[in-house]
Amino acid sequence: MPKPILTIKNLTKIYGQNVIFQNLNLTVNEGDTVVIIGPSGTGKSTLLRCINLLTRPNEGQIWLDDLEITAKGTDEDQVRQHIGMVFQNFLLFNHLTALGNVKLGLTKVKKMTEEEATKKAMHELSRVGLADRANHYPGQLSGGQQQRVGIARALAMDPRVMLFDEPTSALDPELIGEVLEVMRKLALDGMTMVVVTHEMGFAREVADRIVFMEKGHIVEEGSPDEMFNHPKFDRTREFLWKITELYGKKEKEAE
Amino acid sequence: MDFSQFLSYIASGTVYTVGVTLIALPAGLLIGTILALLYVYGGKVAARVMNLYSTVFRGIPPLVLLFILFFAVTRGVNLSAFWAGSLSLGMVSSAYQMEIVRGALLSVSGDQLMAARAVGLSRLQAIRYVVLPQAVRLAIPPWSNEAAIVIKDSSLVYALGVPEILRRAQLIGASSQRYLLAYLSAAIIYFLLVYATTRLLNHLEQKLSIPSNP
Repeated sequence: MPKPILTIKNLTKIYGQNVIFQNLNLTVNEGDTVVIIGPSGTGKSTLLRCINLLTRPNEGQIWLDDLEITAKGTDEDQVRQHIGMVFQNFLLFNHLTALGNVKLGLTKVKKMTEEEATKKAMHELSRVGLADRANHYPGQLSGGQQQRVGIARALAMDPRVMLFDEPTSALDPELIGEVLEVMRKLALDGMTMVVVTHEMGFAREVADRIVFMEKGHIVEEGSPDEMFNHPKFDRTREFLWKITELYGKKEKEAE
Repeated sequence: MDFSQFLSYIASGTVYTVGVTLIALPAGLLIGTILALLYVYGGKVAARVMNLYSTVFRGIPPLVLLFILFFAVTRGVNLSAFWAGSLSLGMVSSAYQMEIVRGALLSVSGDQLMAARAVGLSRLQAIRYVVLPQAVRLAIPPWSNEAAIVIKDSSLVYALGVPEILRRAQLIGASSQRYLLAYLSAAIIYFLLVYATTRLLNHLEQKLSIPSNP
């Protein structure tokens, strides 16, 4: 019996008059990689931000394991420790080295000693293949390297679940591979992941489940095989066809 | 009186000039930084109050404020001309420094703050460990400008009778009837003070700059 880590029920987010999504339901099981796809402005990023409480939903509930994190009086800082987030624009702390970026949460939030934090941070940097870049500042790293530091920074907190918000969208085509490779490895290691991405190759190969979102609701969800080969809705087929063609071309160009 | 005596009389006012600056500038920085933090992170009401503070203090000539503080406030409080002058210059400067720090905070904040919160840092920790260290670096160039202004504005305390450079130049100019020489000497001393300060801050800016590839 799969154990749900993340349970989202009837989630609604409205900005002013603008309904971002309404009555959204989604369950993410332990060890699963769920890939969310869909056109821009469909609320995918907002959904991720709601999950780690960077944005408060207007209605609905989110459970992390058995804890309702949307409940009043929840300690947000406590919750966020257990939810890793990787951003489209990396958002590394510019004044800190790669090591410093990974260590900050460990020393300030987990209250580790310098020594423990350095050891743990170096371990995480090795996991993303950047131990030799530990003392470089973000401005001295390539985009791909910065994003891998971003992943290491999130991983260092030993999160229950990792959220990826279009982690490769801001990268040059030739740098996308190294980031996807790290993510692939994570998925294989059993990390629970929710990934918003347009990388169909990644989705097809790594996802346990693909969720197609449009205009604030989930159109269809299923295994990669179901979604790519026998989608129930024409809209799903159409979107996947378009995006695969578009990004397939880009991947070829990059080669 | 020979020239060296003449000059050293004026130059001995440097102690006061530097003293006023060393009170006004840090006082302004302390107040300005606190107010800027309140402005940016303190909510709407605080932002309004800070905006008012900034508008009022930047809208009054420093000399007028100096007189108000000296003549009105010192009636109740026993404040020397030196302290009254230094503190009112500090208050004027705090309004400008608040704007400098606020600008720096705003240009770092947003995404960096969000990234820090996402790691699990509290709002206060995020400001302390992520936003402020970057904001400080951004604030140095405009702050260097403000430091130069405060050094030059310190000459205003001459109006309260504090025997700083300008006051001394005026006195010795009058007694020797060599006004031009006296004021030129004062100008050179001020210039050297400002020049040394901006060079020092340039150096600090370079030293604190975050390494990156060109």
